[in-house]
Amino acid sequence: MTTLTKKADKVDRLAELMQTSESTTGASLWREAARRLRSSKMAIIGAVIIAVFVVLAVIGPWIAPYTPTAQTWRGEVFANQGRFVGMRGENWFGLDHLGRDMFSRMLVGARQTLLVGVVSMLIGLVIGALIGVLSGAAATLGGPMGRRLDTVIMRITDIMLSLPSLLLAVSIAAVLGQSLTTVMIAVGVVQIPIFARMLRGSMLAQGGSDYVLAARALGVRRNRIVLTQILPNSLSPVIVQATLSLATAIIEAAALSYLGLGNPDPAVPEWGVMLSQAQRFFDNEPMMAVYPAVGIIITALGFTLLGEAMREALDPKLRG
Amino acid sequence: MSLLELDNLKVHFPIRKGILFDRTVGHVYAVDGVSLKVEAGQTYGLVGESGCGKTTLGRAVLRLVDVTEGEVVFDGTDLAKLDEEAMRRFRRRLQMVFQDPLGSLNPRQNIESILAEGMAAHGIGADQAERREKIKAILAKVGLPANALSRYPHEFSGGQRQRIGIARALVLEPDVIICDEPVSALDVSIQAQVVNLLEELQESLGLTYLVIAHDLAVVRHISDVIGVMYLGSLVEEAPSDALYEGPRHPYTKALMSAVPVPDPDLEDRRERILLHGDLPSPANPPTGCRFHTRCPWVQETRCATDRPELTDTGDGHRVACHWTAEIEAGTLARTRATGVEAVTETAAVAEEPAVADVVREEDDKAVADAQPGLPVPGVAAGAPASDASTAVPRPAEAPADERSPSTEGGGKR
Repeated sequence: MTTLTKKADKVDRLAELMQTSESTTGASLWREAARRLRSSKMAIIGAVIIAVFVVLAVIGPWIAPYTPTAQTWRGEVFANQGRFVGMRGENWFGLDHLGRDMFSRMLVGARQTLLVGVVSMLIGLVIGALIGVLSGAAATLGGPMGRRLDTVIMRITDIMLSLPSLLLAVSIAAVLGQSLTTVMIAVGVVQIPIFARMLRGSMLAQGGSDYVLAARALGVRRNRIVLTQILPNSLSPVIVQATLSLATAIIEAAALSYLGLGNPDPAVPEWGVMLSQAQRFFDNEPMMAVYPAVGIIITALGFTLLGEAMREALDPKLRG
Repeated sequence: MSLLELDNLKVHFPIRKGILFDRTVGHVYAVDGVSLKVEAGQTYGLVGESGCGKTTLGRAVLRLVDVTEGEVVFDGTDLAKLDEEAMRRFRRRLQMVFQDPLGSLNPRQNIESILAEGMAAHGIGADQAERREKIKAILAKVGLPANALSRYPHEFSGGQRQRIGIARALVLEPDVIICDEPVSALDVSIQAQVVNLLEELQESLGLTYLVIAHDLAVVRHISDVIGVMYLGSLVEEAPSDALYEGPRHPYTKALMSAVPVPDPDLEDRRERILLHGDLPSPANPPTGCRFHTRCPWVQETRCATDRPELTDTGDGHRVACHWTAEIEAGTLARTRATGVEAVTETAAVAEEPAVADVVREEDDKAVADAQPGLPVPGVAAGAPASDASTAVPRPAEAPADERSPSTEGGGKR
């Protein structure tokens, strides 16, 4: 009887060992996610769009055929009479209302747009994540005092979240004055509660998991539990949100610039400002608005595609 | 002096309401006054249906949940009174194995990192190389390949993950391991392996286990002493075999009778005690005996008013019932139907009817019930209640099938 069970035991053991892979190095979840990302068409398209955009933003000023601020063809454009110059050999995208080369302005403007998007996203991400970690850590491991702190922080973010984002941005811009920095801060501040809430919620979900309980049972210190156990498992949605919010930030920055809260010097090209300027001449020269608008849309699409692909790669369970 | 002693342990979870400030509107009495002793080198099995507080009790021992009242004395120290840092250091000696092997392993840490986490927290091993050597030795001990070190939890099978969970507890060289449903998430064939592994480790390392489970067969196999929990308190505690051969508390009797017998004839005729109603809410437990709302033997006096203490009825068999002696003697008639007709309700008694080769002892009563004209406790009256011998089946509990018609006292079938 006992020998029989022992034999059965051995067979079971063998079967169990068969299931394990041969490889000696394991694949972490991050690496698996990267592998899934590489095989995703959506991610590739998004990444290509972003890559092109970033390259243009970096080298734009050098490859631009003309100085973007020079009103070289001032004499050929009569904006008040509705006479514009469209696409032609020397000016691929035509001229704007002051006779400046639109193609050069688009190339140089990409840098400003990217800068606004990235900086404002980073403002939102860094401050939001710090608040989120504090709140999440306090809520999961802080005991009754921590829960109270978490409640206070979250009610504040709720208030921030309940304000219409554009209105909040306009108010901030109104207080700080008109500049590109203002736009970045305004757009970034709007993102703070989103990141804070997301990270805190994600940490809360992880905080109740068995492996956090196991770490506490092991006697791991609280700070270390937050850093090595809870945080790495809570980051996925935040990374996705960061990518997606780059798109929102670019659009919101453009909107603020359009409303005239951006860079006070209209000569410096920026897609949002260009869109704003094109408004007056939309009836006669719609292309002046189409170029920056399409630029913004494509860039936002690139970030959105990559973000969505990352969401799927990081959390395969979400796929239906 | 026992290695681990719980004295009147209570864990009450506050029920909170409120938008800005929490108001406590009530309590869930998850564990409500449990006293038990776990001897060094032994295995204490804790059984009960889901929601009875057995998991909470396990966590309270490790202070993973706040202890409301009572003492958890481990090796002479009351853990419930330690401050957080002191408790953290004590956790090296008390470890836990979890129910869900995958859920209890951090998916973003590899095995080496998971196992080194506890060592780092307690300063075991001087450097990484030394820790790695130790981890390798432990992995071999629990039967995992050495190349497991750099792999991640999702790359292992269920049984292997549980081995990792056991290894994680073992690297700290604990004295006591609390196993919270260690095998219930595993396939039956793997269950046996893990149970055997736990037993081997106990023998070679002199470990003490507190095993929490609802699978009666597993608990019987692994435990020296078994405690039965119902709604936050212990209703019966006895050496393993004694409990299975002669359960004395009405709840334990019902629990045991829910285990099917792998003999169709016996299975058809044996008595099943079916409890009516649901488990009462632990937020609003019944007064007096917690079990009186469902007990087949409930009496008009005492049951609803006095809470029975766990009292020794001989041979270390402790029962929390006012009427143990009378029920054993058969002088107490049942006051509630136990519904043989409602066989389909069996599932209500236990979480998961375990496959066990436990021979039912209530078979004689089953025969009696099958013939309604006869008095129920007919033969049982002949058995003195003081007969507490556990190894020898008492006359009242002798198997009543064809093999031994003479012990029936005649005229029964």
